[in-house]
Amino acid sequence: MAHAAIELKGIDKSFGSVHANRNISLTIPAGTIHGIIGENGAGKSTLMSILYGFYQADRGEIFVKGERAAILSSSDAIARGIGMVHQHFMLVHNFTVLENVILGAEGEPLLKTSIAKARSELNRLERDYGLEVDPDAIIEDLPVGLQQRVEILKALYRGAEILILDEPTGVLTPAEADHLFRILLQLKEEGKTIVLITHKLREIMAVTDNVSVMRQGALVATRKTAETTVEELAELMVGRRVLLRVEKSPVSAGDVLLSVRNLTVRDSRGVTMVDDVSFDVRAGEIVGIAGVAGNGQTELLETITGIREAASGSVFLAGRPVAVTGGADPADLRERGMAHVPEDRHHMGLVLPFEENENAILGYHRQKKYLKGPFLDIDAIRQDAREKIEKYDIRPADCRLKTANFSGGNQQKIVLSREMEQDPDVLIVGQPTRGVDVGAIEFIHRRLVEMRDKGKAVLLVSVELDEIRSLSDRILVMFSGRIVGERGPDATEGELGLLMAGVEGKEAAA
Amino acid sequence: MSAPYAKLPAWADYGLIPLINLTVAFIVAGLVVLLVGENPLRAAVILVDGALGRGQAIAYTLYYATSFIFTGLAVAVAFHCSLFNIGGEGQAYVGGLGVALACLAFDRVFPWWLTFPIAIAGAAVFGAAWALIPAYLQARRGSHIVITTIMFNFIAASLMVYLLVNVLKPPTLQAPSTRTFLEGGQLPKLNFMIEAMGLSVRSSPFNVSFLLALLAAFLVWVLIWRTRLGYEIRTRGHSPKAARYAGIGEARIIIVTMLISGALAGMMALNPVMGDQNRLQIDFVTGAGFVGIAVALMGRSHPAGIVPAAILFGMLYQGGAELAFEMPGISRDMIVIIQGLVILFAGALEHMFRPSLQTLFATVRPASVGAKAERAGGV
Repeated sequence: MAHAAIELKGIDKSFGSVHANRNISLTIPAGTIHGIIGENGAGKSTLMSILYGFYQADRGEIFVKGERAAILSSSDAIARGIGMVHQHFMLVHNFTVLENVILGAEGEPLLKTSIAKARSELNRLERDYGLEVDPDAIIEDLPVGLQQRVEILKALYRGAEILILDEPTGVLTPAEADHLFRILLQLKEEGKTIVLITHKLREIMAVTDNVSVMRQGALVATRKTAETTVEELAELMVGRRVLLRVEKSPVSAGDVLLSVRNLTVRDSRGVTMVDDVSFDVRAGEIVGIAGVAGNGQTELLETITGIREAASGSVFLAGRPVAVTGGADPADLRERGMAHVPEDRHHMGLVLPFEENENAILGYHRQKKYLKGPFLDIDAIRQDAREKIEKYDIRPADCRLKTANFSGGNQQKIVLSREMEQDPDVLIVGQPTRGVDVGAIEFIHRRLVEMRDKGKAVLLVSVELDEIRSLSDRILVMFSGRIVGERGPDATEGELGLLMAGVEGKEAAA
Repeated sequence: MSAPYAKLPAWADYGLIPLINLTVAFIVAGLVVLLVGENPLRAAVILVDGALGRGQAIAYTLYYATSFIFTGLAVAVAFHCSLFNIGGEGQAYVGGLGVALACLAFDRVFPWWLTFPIAIAGAAVFGAAWALIPAYLQARRGSHIVITTIMFNFIAASLMVYLLVNVLKPPTLQAPSTRTFLEGGQLPKLNFMIEAMGLSVRSSPFNVSFLLALLAAFLVWVLIWRTRLGYEIRTRGHSPKAARYAGIGEARIIIVTMLISGALAGMMALNPVMGDQNRLQIDFVTGAGFVGIAVALMGRSHPAGIVPAAILFGMLYQGGAELAFEMPGISRDMIVIIQGLVILFAGALEHMFRPSLQTLFATVRPASVGAKAERAGGV
C-alpha cells in the first residue's frame, strides 16, 4: 500500500492546565474520507489546528505522505497539500468568487494575468468536481452553501490533496448538506483525502470510510464506518449511553404568555424581513419556528426581545403590550419575565474577552443581588457564577477563565444558565445547539423541556429540523418573512421541508 | 474553533512587549543621534541622568508625568468603550479655563485647600463639557468621534486665544494671560517628598496634583472594573451587539464615557495652571493631550500601566530638555523626534512584535501559553 496521507504519532498538546491532546496517534489512508467526531472541547479542533500549523504540538510527529513534516504555519501546511475549510468562512464579502479564490495566491503584482489564469483553473476544478459557482458573483450575494463551495475551491486552487473540513454542515440546509456530501464523494473519487470534523453522527454514517472518536483530548477509538452504529459512536463520544430522542410528557398548555400580532419588520435598507406575522405562545408549550436560515427568524427574535424596532404590529407579554415599534428596552423586558438566548452567542449573548462570571450577569447586571450601590459585588457575582457552573456542569469549572476559552457547548451553557436561572415566564431561544456537541445537546434539550413542564412559554427558533421536531408542541414554518404553515409535532421531515422551501418549491436544492 | 495564535502569559504581555518596543525605539533613536554626529551612548546617559540623576530632575520628571497620567487615563477610559478620544488636548485646554475661573474667583478669600476642590470641579466640568458635543454627535448622529474630537482641539485653541486676549487678560498685561493667582489659588509643592529621600530640590513645579493624579488612577480602576457603569462601558467597548442585547443604551453609555474622559483630560490643567504657572496662559497644554494617547496605548489602558508609562514620558520630556541643553548637536527638534519614535514603537506599533513573540512562545514554552495564562487582564 502507498503511504498514508497523514500519519500522526504521539501528538500531545497542553494549554496551561488544559490537556487538549493526549498522545494521539492516527493514520488516515490516502483517498478516503475520515471522520473525526467528539464533543466540543474534546480536542478535535486543536488537533486539526496542529495539522494546519496554527499550533505546534508539545510532543509528537506528523508525517504527510510518508514524509516527516514540520508544520510551523498554515503556509507550510498548504505547501504540503493540506487545505482547510473553516467552520466560519474566511471570505472577503464584497469581493467576487474569483478574487477570493486567488486571495493570498495572486502570484504577481498585476491582477489581470493571474485572474485570467485563475479563471481557467477554476473552470477546470468546477468541471472535475461538480463545484459549479459563478466566478464573478459577489460573495455576499451567494447563499451559504455556495460560499462554502468557494472555500473548497480556494483550497483546491492551492493544490490541496488533503482537505480538512471543520463542522461543514453547521450552516447548511439538509439539501445543501446532501449536495456537499456528493461533492466530497466526488473528490474522493479523484483521489483526494478528506478529513471531516463534525459532531453530527448521521453525517459520519453517510459519507465516511473510517471514523475516529475523541473524548477529553484522547483518541478513544477508530472504527470502519461500515462496522459501527450511531449508538456505539454516541456512547464512545460521551463515555456513557445517550438518549438521542427527548423524552416528553403530553402538552398541557395554559394562558397565552406571548402574543405576536401582524408584526412587520424592515431592515436598514427598507427590505421587509418579517411580513405580517402573528402567533401565540402559551404557558407550558414549546412553539418551534422552522425555516432555512435567513428567512426572517433572526429579525423576528430580535424584534420580540426589543433589540430591533418593528415597522408595524404589536407584541404582548402576559397581556401587556411591548413597545416594539419604538422604545422597547431589553432590560425592561427582562424585568417583565422574558429571557432570551440569542442566536449569535459570540457577539450578542456573550462578551468573549470577559471572564466567565462577568458574562454570567450580562443583562441582569442591574439586579440588586449583584450590586453594592454603584459597585459590582464581585464576591456575590463569582459565587453566583460558581453555582451555575456546578448546576449546568460548565467546563472547565473556572469562573475567572476568559469566556473565549470555553468550547461552544460550554459557552452556550453559560448563556442558558444565565437566562434560565432567572426563572423567566417566557423564554425566547435561537439556535440553542448550533456548534454544540451531542452530550451538551441532550442536556440543553432536557433543560428546555423542563422549562416547558414548569409552565413556561418557550419560543424556539432553529434551523435544525430534528431539533424542532423533537422539542416543539407546535411547529410554525417561516419562509421569506412569512409564517407559511403550522403543523403538529408529528409532521414529517418531507412535509416541513417543502414548506421551508416555499410552497412553490422555488428554493429547491441550492 | 480556537484562536489561531497562542496567547502570551501576562508577564510577557505587560512587561516584555513594552520593554522590547522601548528598546527598539531607543536603538532607532540612537541611529538618529549617530546620524547628526553625536555619541548615542553619551546621549542616553545624559537623557537618563537628566531625568533621574538629581532630586531636581526627578521633581521635573514627576511634574510632567502628572499631566500625562491625567490625559492617559482620559484616553484609556474612552478606549474601554472603544471610543478614540483624540480631543484630550482641547479638553485639557478648556479645562484650564475652569481652573482659572475658580482660582480668580476664590483666591482672595479661600486658602488653597478650599479653592482646590472647586478648581477640580471646574476643570472636570469644563473638560467634560468640551467632550460632550463630539460625544453627542457620535451617539445621536454617528459622526465619528475621532474626527470631531480633533476638530474640537482646533476650536478650543481658537476659543482660548480669544478669551485670553479679549476677556481674561488684565489691561496692564502685555502677554495674553490672566493675572497671577494669589496664594489661595496656588497648589503647594511636593518637593519635600523628594527631599525626604535625601535629595535636594532647588525649585520645581512638582505639586500636589501629582497625588490627585494617583488617586484618579485608582478611581479609574475602581470605575472600570468594580462598578456597574464600568461593566457597561466594557461591554459596549467589546461588543456593541452584546450591549444592545443587555439593554445598555448605546447613546447614554457613549455620552457618559466621554464625559468622564473629558473630565479627566480637563483635570490635567490643574497641574500646570494651578500647580506651576499660577495663571492661565496660551498653549499651556503643550501636547500632553496627544502624549496621553501614547501613554494609554503603552499602559494597555490599565491604570497600573498608565502610571509607569506616564513617568517614562515624563523622563523623556525632562531628560530630553537636558539633552538639548548639553549636546550642541541635538536641538529641541531632535528631542521631539526621539519622543516621536517612542510613541511610534510603544504606541502605534504596539502590536508589531506580538505575532513573532507569540510564535516563539508557542514553540519554546508551549505549556505556558493558553487557557490559564489568558485570564482577562483586568484584575
